[in-house]
Amino acid sequence: MSFPIPLSHYLVLAAVLFTIGVFGIFLNRKNVIVILMSIELLLLAININFVAFSAYLGDLAGQVFALFVLTVAAAEAAIGLAIVVVYFRNRGSIEVEDIHLMRG
Amino acid sequence: MTSLVVGPAVPEAFLFITATLLLGIAAFLPERRAAEITTPVAVILLLVTAMLVVAVGGGRALAFGGHFVQDEFAAFLKVLTLVVAAGTVLVAPGYLADERMERFEYPLLALFSALGMMMMISANSLLALYMAIELHSLPLYVMAAIKRDSVRAAEAGLKYFVLGALASGLLLYGASLVYGFTGTLMFDELTQRYAGAEAAPLPLGALVGLIFLVAGFAFKLAAVPFHMWTPDVYEGAPTPVTAFVAAAPKLAAVGLTLRVLFEPFGAMVEEWRQVIVLVALGSMILGAFAAIGQSNIKRLMAYSTIGHVGYAFVGLAAGSVTGVQGVLVYMAIYAVMTLGTFACILMMRRQGRYVETLDDLAGLSRSDPLMALAMALLMFSLAGIPPLAGFFAKLYVFLAAVQAGLTWLAVVGVLTSVVAAYYYIRIVKLMYFDEPAEAFDRLRRPELQLVAAASAAFVALFVLWPTPLLTAAEAAARVLVGT
Repeated sequence: MSFPIPLSHYLVLAAVLFTIGVFGIFLNRKNVIVILMSIELLLLAININFVAFSAYLGDLAGQVFALFVLTVAAAEAAIGLAIVVVYFRNRGSIEVEDIHLMRG
Repeated sequence: MTSLVVGPAVPEAFLFITATLLLGIAAFLPERRAAEITTPVAVILLLVTAMLVVAVGGGRALAFGGHFVQDEFAAFLKVLTLVVAAGTVLVAPGYLADERMERFEYPLLALFSALGMMMMISANSLLALYMAIELHSLPLYVMAAIKRDSVRAAEAGLKYFVLGALASGLLLYGASLVYGFTGTLMFDELTQRYAGAEAAPLPLGALVGLIFLVAGFAFKLAAVPFHMWTPDVYEGAPTPVTAFVAAAPKLAAVGLTLRVLFEPFGAMVEEWRQVIVLVALGSMILGAFAAIGQSNIKRLMAYSTIGHVGYAFVGLAAGSVTGVQGVLVYMAIYAVMTLGTFACILMMRRQGRYVETLDDLAGLSRSDPLMALAMALLMFSLAGIPPLAGFFAKLYVFLAAVQAGLTWLAVVGVLTSVVAAYYYIRIVKLMYFDEPAEAFDRLRRPELQLVAAASAAFVALFVLWPTPLLTAAEAAARVLVGT
């Protein structure tokens, strides 16, 4: 099978996106929504990994896995947004800096 | 391999179908009535599922095209998980009613989470592993935030969700690397290729993936350095949720960790041992020292959990049959002690409000001697004082570590246990020797008393009749490690 773009390019792209996602969670000081977006970015970076490996290996399991990850990501986003809404109703703010009621 | 056998997964199928039916029925009942019936039904369902697990039995069998495995190891942990989950669901309704959040969704979420835990224990491929972890943790996030008008609960839910999602991300990235560098998702195939007689060395990329997987597991288990969510979630979430999060999921996560580390990656003991030793060391030390300054008992229990996971990891680091047996015995005893302690914490109500600082326990021995006795037994057991169950739990993991040549790790374990004993015994001192605080309300909650008394009796009498648990754990460990 022809594979015009080498596998390593995909892996580097996924690793870079994954790292941006992790940093988005930890360095972001603004808004909880940005954290949810970062989580989404993590999962999509992983999907790139799975699909690239799947095409490279000529094995379908990776693409099936990617579909499952997409489904779970949707459920996770729904629950995440629901919790953010509950938090906003109580606190009137979704600034990350406000989330410090308990030490730690 | 490609057959769609469901046979060994009958308990899971039963729990899934009945929980879904219960959800459908409860949605059409009047709210108050639905909340009343779901809790007892959920407890019964969990116990029936546990019996089904026993009935399906131990012999190794695959289902769902090899993604699901049932063996003695899975049966042992599933029965424990289900019984402990049933206990934590049983103690919840009183508190939920008092705090005006009695909803039928609570026991249902617990049921679905328990289903996820069963799948975690039986996961036999990276795909099944990921789906099971998500199924068990998504309901937990919702449960942590179920008290909708509380800022603290919402904050706990938010923190739990964000860090849990990050953990899933790390784990999934590891899974993708393992898949890419080995070309398979199935544990059986990985075992054959890398742990058999003429095993190939594991590719470096897959080893990196394994480290990511272990990081994800450490997150779910609240082990250092991925423990930051634990104290906040334990403190902020409603107490019955804290009890649920603290007990059953830890058993399932330990099961998953053991299976992944010993089945597909069993030949790489030398490689992953270093990571496990570091995690164990960090958790034991942090659990012992960080809890000393705590005044909130739920937060103290969080650090206690971190410490106990560290001790369990000592047995894991040993990498032998005795080590795995030790871990299983440890987690079983830990779950019972946690369940009992939280049943006692749920009895701490004064003038209609639940209190959760250590000072509220002062002089409890005079106002409620039986509760003080149960609590004292559980605290001594958590501290690891012989002849209580907690001592034997520690004994087996440290013994395994010494046999595996990790004597120094066992020594650190003993020393941190001594430090940790300080804050457990301080609670006993508060209850027996301090000036009494105002007495707690007389709660008529036989279920709380039952759970607390049963746990206290278990830790006190374990020494007389330890064989069943030990032999079951050994049989389970042999399946995993081989001989």
